[in-house]
Amino acid sequence: MKEKVITILTEIRPEFDFNTETDGFVSKGMLDSFDIISIVSDIEESFNIAIDGAQILPENFDSIQALVDLINKSNS
Amino acid sequence: MLSVLPKHEVHYLDEIDNYNFTEKQSAKLGKIMGYGSQRIAEDGTTVSDLCVFGMNYLFKKDLLDKESIGAVVLCTQSPDYFLPATSNVISGRLALGQDVISMDINQGCAGFEVGLMQAFMLLNTGSIDKVVLLNADVLSKKVSLKDRNSRPLVGDGATITIIENSTDDEEIDMFIKMDGSSALSLQIPAGGFKLPSTPQTGVLTEDESGNFRSLDHLIMKGDEVFNFVQTKVPEMIQEMFDTLKIDKSYFDYYLFHQPNKFMLEKLAQKMKIPYEKMPNNISQKYGNGSSITVPLNVCENIGEKALNNSYKVCFGGFGVGLTWSIIKWKLEKLDFCEIINY
Repeated sequence: MKEKVITILTEIRPEFDFNTETDGFVSKGMLDSFDIISIVSDIEESFNIAIDGAQILPENFDSIQALVDLINKSNS
Repeated sequence: MLSVLPKHEVHYLDEIDNYNFTEKQSAKLGKIMGYGSQRIAEDGTTVSDLCVFGMNYLFKKDLLDKESIGAVVLCTQSPDYFLPATSNVISGRLALGQDVISMDINQGCAGFEVGLMQAFMLLNTGSIDKVVLLNADVLSKKVSLKDRNSRPLVGDGATITIIENSTDDEEIDMFIKMDGSSALSLQIPAGGFKLPSTPQTGVLTEDESGNFRSLDHLIMKGDEVFNFVQTKVPEMIQEMFDTLKIDKSYFDYYLFHQPNKFMLEKLAQKMKIPYEKMPNNISQKYGNGSSITVPLNVCENIGEKALNNSYKVCFGGFGVGLTWSIIKWKLEKLDFCEIINY
């Protein structure tokens, strides 16, 4: 799952290496709110899930682990 | 109901070079958000121009008798002047009588519902039989062309809704909430008395996402507004279901404000409302015209059918203020419902 997440992030922000930069995506300004929307769309398509709109919060997109947790939560 | 839209149309894909992002990024975002066409008023066109044009159309077509009007309520965020109220200007341009009350309300995307609340109160006085509710904005003039957060969303236009008492005893239920602690999540910082416009407030600066705008432009904290909508609107709908002891199957249509395709899809998903009951095509086709989107939604999506049928509808608006509102309404057959170009 982590690899797929990294692929999605890299597609949206190719200038960052998400294998080494694993957190602080939003707080460090690597992702903005429109990147988040693109990530939601890609994750929903890749994992065939629907992410609750109320979960689209910066903290759920701030690290690889937060994204993995979000996917797991949306899958349950 | 009548919708008046400026003829001038702009297309997102024609403007993506204005933005400080790659074409690929912008194209992808456009697809997700549903950015398509927007109706934008020509420079010099004001809210009163659009409203007067629409009102004269109704008079000319014998759809509205000028003498029957008791009040004019205008909901706008882009008035012709600081003062007088634009509704007074409209009344004057239409030569309405001195007994006609006119007033402006400063509201945005929940402005149809707030305007209806005011109209209902006026009808309840017993001395007014017919209220003209005008919703109109030319807010595109206050949005930076280089702001990808807001420019692709905005649309201009006006709607005219004629409201009168009916003999139907079906109740109209309304829920409205406001959170002034988040008032500045959506704002135009300069131009009022707090911060008058100066050459300095007009200087474009780049935000951390690469958008360029000035203090004279609309600024939206997109993530805050998005989360507010996704949290507060479903809560309010549930409150309505619980209070009125109905469920989501009660309504034939959910005619909501349409800020963008993505946001409304997420709302429908969360509330498990079938997409066919919640039309989601206004922002893509015309842009987000603030308080006009709900009545425009009626004209665009159920207009013809509503001339011969009655529908149970849930109106919903949410935006600047922050304000959010829903209305349960058995919409009787409409006398007219169309869209015209200005």
